[in-house]
Amino acid sequence: MQAELTVAPDVAREPATRPARRRTRLWSVRCVLIVVWLGSWELAATHWIDPFFYSKPSAIAGRLADWFTTGTAFGSVWTQLLVTLEEAVLGFAAGAVAGVVLGILLGRARFAAEVAAPFIKAANAVPRIVLASLFIIWFGLGLTSKVATAVVLVFFAVFFNAFQGAREVDRNLVDNARILGASRAQVLTSIVVPSATSWIFASLHAAFGFALIGAVVGEYAGADKGLGLLISNAQGTFDAAGIYAGMIIITVVALLAEWLLTLLENRLLRWRPPVQAETQI
Amino acid sequence: MRVIALRNATKRFPGAGGRAHTAVRDLTFDVAAGEFVAVVGPTGCGKSTTLSLVSGLEPPSAGEVEVDGKPVRGIPDGVGYMFQTDAVLPWRSVVDNVAAGPRYRGLAKADARAKAMVWVERVGLARFAGYYPHQLSGGMRKRVALAQTLVNEPRIMLMDEPFSALDVQTRQLMQDELLRLWQGTGAAVVFVTHDLEEAIALADRVVVMTAGPATVKAIFDVPLARPRDVEEIRMTSEFIATYREIWHSLRAEVARARREAVDAG
Ligand SMILES: Nc1ncnc2c1ncn2[C@@H]1O[C@H](COP(=O)(O)OP(=O)(O)O)[C@@H](O)[C@H]1O
Ligand SMILES: [Mg+2]
Repeated sequence: MQAELTVAPDVAREPATRPARRRTRLWSVRCVLIVVWLGSWELAATHWIDPFFYSKPSAIAGRLADWFTTGTAFGSVWTQLLVTLEEAVLGFAAGAVAGVVLGILLGRARFAAEVAAPFIKAANAVPRIVLASLFIIWFGLGLTSKVATAVVLVFFAVFFNAFQGAREVDRNLVDNARILGASRAQVLTSIVVPSATSWIFASLHAAFGFALIGAVVGEYAGADKGLGLLISNAQGTFDAAGIYAGMIIITVVALLAEWLLTLLENRLLRWRPPVQAETQI
Repeated sequence: MRVIALRNATKRFPGAGGRAHTAVRDLTFDVAAGEFVAVVGPTGCGKSTTLSLVSGLEPPSAGEVEVDGKPVRGIPDGVGYMFQTDAVLPWRSVVDNVAAGPRYRGLAKADARAKAMVWVERVGLARFAGYYPHQLSGGMRKRVALAQTLVNEPRIMLMDEPFSALDVQTRQLMQDELLRLWQGTGAAVVFVTHDLEEAIALADRVVVMTAGPATVKAIFDVPLARPRDVEEIRMTSEFIATYREIWHSLRAEVARARREAVDAG
């Protein structure tokens, strides 16, 4: 019996220092790349190109420091950040839930899916960013119009993956569950949803980025608070450093969200065999 | 007492170019309560299709399939089915996989687990109850599937080449285990295999199918006493005589299936 247990592949045991040393090397090369990149930018902007248009790292750092210490033209930077975050999180939650539920249901209802297919394709082809302007007219300058923009961006990203995930469920697993006594609803919750989870998570990573974009573009189109407003204001005053500073804040938020999602994914998908160490981008 | 009856059951699938492809035709045979019937035939002849008709997963295109004297419409009560390919849930631990049936049938989580644990122990996986399927060997996953089926206490067990993917030693171990577990249950078994030795070692009767589209070619009684030890029994003269008799019938079909495969390819 014991012999039947497959043990984790014993990757030709290397001395324990090897992976650690590899990591150090990886990070030092990365740091060198950043230093070279920022350094050459700084140098170029000081001597050759016009920092008015291209800004430079020291100016951007100065602008960020400024925002976080004395605040922005519209009040504390934290307020702007929280406003954008609230819009993005609400839009993400609503869009993801709607996308998952509709995707899974349509994925399991062949006829309904066929009826809906052309409409969904058309809706997906609409340049959804433009809807941000429409939502401003509909919902005004407040939170709702930004959330709505985020929702439409998130919904489609999640919907297609949930749909595909629900379609690709192993026939065998469904048949087995039915034989074991599962009702239609039980097949859905105990087989289809868990099967589609890996697909759904794959889309959620991109979807939070979309939610942020939706919120920022919504603010850009018209708002009285938020990071998008900071960026659009920076554009209005030809403040290139301000645009970069806004971009950096948004990037950091997106990376943090990605990290949280990965934690959640690893928890929910514990049952998966460990993936071979490979670069994930 | 008859629990399964097939009467001229025929199954056609929509084939290439809109023409119907006949998988099995005019199948007629019975299975009695508590009887172990093996179905042998060349690969691709329609053995899996036969089981899907009995299980109610596929309706027959013509003829009638009865379980407990009633025509099959949907999945009949008391049927267990071990599929040819792995059907354990990769996201559930061993014990939760086995508890799936009782959970579906309305048992509370704790009760279902307690019931499952009994079967996990019976198939020898007590130490691995908390493992996920990807941490188990092929043989152990088959044990999980077996426990998952048996925990529902089926009166009819359909088994589709359950051990054909295993190595020879593990296969014999599983065959012995199956006989041991089955002996207590009184369930009727329809066991599909393309391995004649396996069929004779396990069954009371062997149904030989023709090359596709399958129909029943002949049915043989296996005059071997129970309880059996599958490794020992292969050496007995009764086994060898039975093997020779059935192989004589099966050989022609295997040869025909092979010729057709060569012609088609
Ligand atoms: N769902 C299906 N759709 C179309 N053809 C099928 C289907 N299931 C089986 N067949 C065909 O029926 C024949 C018998 O298949 P099967 O019962 O799986 O054979 P076996 O189990 O004896 O190897 C094969 O030619 C196969 O291609
Ligand atoms: Mg088969």
